[in-house]
Amino acid sequence: MADKTADVSLTIDGATTVVPAGTTILKAAEQDGRHIPTICYHEHCTANGLCRICVVEVDGVKPLVPACLSRVSEGMKVSTSSVRAERSRRTILEMLASAVDLSQAPEINKFIDDYRADPARFPDAERREYPVLDDNPMYIRDYSKCILCWRCVQVCADDAQFTYAINFKGRGFDTGIGTFFDKPMPETSCVFCGQCVGVCPTGALKPKRESLLEQGISLDEIIQATRGGKKRRRKSP
Amino acid sequence: MSDADLIRLRSFLAELAPQGRAALLPALHAAQQFHGWIPEAVATEVGRALAVPLADVHGVIDFYEMLSREPMGRTVARVCNAPACALAGADDLADALCRYLKIEPDEVSPDGEFTVEHAPCLGLCDHAPALLVGEAARGSAAPDQAAEICARGGERPISFIGGDVRILTGNCGQGHPTSFTDYSSGGGYAGLKKTLTMTPQDVLAEVKAAGLVGRGGAAFPTGIKWEGAAKAAGQPKYIVCNADESEPGTFKDRILMEEDPHRTIEGMIIAAHAVGALRGYIYVRGEYPYAFNVMRDALEEARRAGVIGGNILGSELDFDIEMRLGAGAYICGEETALLESIEGKRGFPRIKPPFPTTHGLFGKPTVINNVETFCNIPLILERGAAEYRRIGTERSPGPKLFCVSGQIQRPGLYEVTFGATLRHVLFDLAGGLKQGRKLQAVLMGGAAGAFAAEKDLDVILSFENLSAAGLPLGSGAVMVFDDSADMRDVLKRLARFFADESCGKCYPCQLGARRQYEILDRAAAGRPVAGDRERLSDVGGTMIDASLCGLGQTAATAVLSAMKLWPEMFDGKK
Repeated sequence: MADKTADVSLTIDGATTVVPAGTTILKAAEQDGRHIPTICYHEHCTANGLCRICVVEVDGVKPLVPACLSRVSEGMKVSTSSVRAERSRRTILEMLASAVDLSQAPEINKFIDDYRADPARFPDAERREYPVLDDNPMYIRDYSKCILCWRCVQVCADDAQFTYAINFKGRGFDTGIGTFFDKPMPETSCVFCGQCVGVCPTGALKPKRESLLEQGISLDEIIQATRGGKKRRRKSP
Repeated sequence: MSDADLIRLRSFLAELAPQGRAALLPALHAAQQFHGWIPEAVATEVGRALAVPLADVHGVIDFYEMLSREPMGRTVARVCNAPACALAGADDLADALCRYLKIEPDEVSPDGEFTVEHAPCLGLCDHAPALLVGEAARGSAAPDQAAEICARGGERPISFIGGDVRILTGNCGQGHPTSFTDYSSGGGYAGLKKTLTMTPQDVLAEVKAAGLVGRGGAAFPTGIKWEGAAKAAGQPKYIVCNADESEPGTFKDRILMEEDPHRTIEGMIIAAHAVGALRGYIYVRGEYPYAFNVMRDALEEARRAGVIGGNILGSELDFDIEMRLGAGAYICGEETALLESIEGKRGFPRIKPPFPTTHGLFGKPTVINNVETFCNIPLILERGAAEYRRIGTERSPGPKLFCVSGQIQRPGLYEVTFGATLRHVLFDLAGGLKQGRKLQAVLMGGAAGAFAAEKDLDVILSFENLSAAGLPLGSGAVMVFDDSADMRDVLKRLARFFADESCGKCYPCQLGARRQYEILDRAAAGRPVAGDRERLSDVGGTMIDASLCGLGQTAATAVLSAMKLWPEMFDGKK
């Protein structure tokens, strides 16, 4: 076992840097002031290396490696923006834009600009389009915007809430996030903690109120509609 | 579901319950076999009995092609749509079955008896066009036999087995499985007996000295893998046999299991002694029900004979093996996805490192090898490494099985020693091309492989020579296309295979396999769009460079090799 407390020296884009053993390439680059793009990665979720937008080239390693998961090693030579890495990032962004509604994903749109990706690169490409699911008073689910970052599934399960209300459905390109036999959320084990909504990066999961406001419904109307039936006045002493 | 049904289901599930989630796939198989499909009430019972969250049960059912949340016919006819079967008329066969039953693919016939599905390669490429009727395989099926196929089902076709040597296939070709008695009296389990007189360290040393490399496609040195698991901390350790042979054009493991099941079992027991494992699993793909039954019966024979179980052959060694049946997912041939599948999960490949040798099945040290790899083990122990190395080349020792299919005189399984040429296998052994035909291409290593052409025929079949020629050995699939084949259709089918089989975990493969298929679909239809060659090259390059696992990393290799051989194909000029 490597000594976790020892320091490791590596070069990132030609500059030598020293970080504690066990640090990921992503964090080592950050400490060095270099920003490697990420999409699926979230500080408080288990990293799975799904989006591969953070891939970098490591000397002596044939495939590109995901910076979010790969740990530094002594003498490692990392290139964060090699031709191959940039081609992969650009192509992944183009393919993502060809499949998913990214209109409310500002971070991804910035990457699309940064990498000069063409969102219209793939003509006649099948998109993942689904009807909006509005089945509970707390949040709406608009899976046409879902990029399959897995964060919602993870916080619903072992990363936070241990509720296991949602999981994957389908497979491959047609993978989606869903409930047991597509039941509406109130019929599942969902406890409406809202953590899935909090970690969603693209507006696929959105608070019901935000969604209603976007539809042009005024806050007063919303309060009338959602609070109207509840009478929770304190009894006078 | 009636109360009586529910009681039967519950009593079956109660038996599995102690295994928890690891019994999910067997439970879902049983539920589906009993009901024909998996209704919500049944899925709920399964989830509750095994303590698996219901949303997860749904996710697992959806992942596996052969499990269904929708009603299916009592018999499902699965017609292969891979290139070798397509060239032999598989699409016409599927159409004829649908017409006869008056249904569309995936529909249930009005009497509830049949569903017809298009299936990925069924490992019956030497009997193209092939299908599975329920659990029974059927080869050389003509469209005008539709009525008879529906009435009588399948009859297992017998494969042609040839080659320069018959070492691994020595007991194959009889048309039935070799029994424990026949296997033993022919010298079988001699390697195991010798192993039991040796220390684990000596067994490891022997396997390392033999220079055996894995036959599943990745060509990793077997001895080094075993040593890793032997040295790793953690108990219990596991031996897993990867019998999820799903690479289009590959059927060697099916024949090894169906005709000589004890060779694989012997190899696994020897591995158990070498690494100190207590338990093994054989994971057979769902499309091989016959091989599954043969292996299960052979394990029972082996248990009765005392070669698995406690105190094997009177020694200190305890080792038992359990069977697992896959349910239609090519990705489960990827070793970590296979382990996830045994654990009752969706077959998502894991991030490596850590590798299975240290963090394998249930997080414990695990050796996972292909069927053909295990079949080499008894040979090495029985003859000794030095003698074994006399077979094959210096850097690729041993015998090797090649699955020859497609447009060739004698499709079949051919055993040669490493060092033979491709020309020798195709022309001297398999009889060459059909009368008056010219060679167009040879797909080496299956869908995840690459195309060779006439100029490559003299390449020597060994890891080192093929690597130098830029060709993969892969699984040993050799699919032949003569000048009558429409290669654009072949490429479209390969691309569709990956689009269907991508697990969806990482973006490059989840998105790239579909985009690649769309581009090749329009190329096959003769209407490529300007820039398609660059699109293919970027999508393919990205899948190879950035995908998480071996599936994505090889999902474009055949296409990119075709682009080199036939650049004009993607410009709409051909």
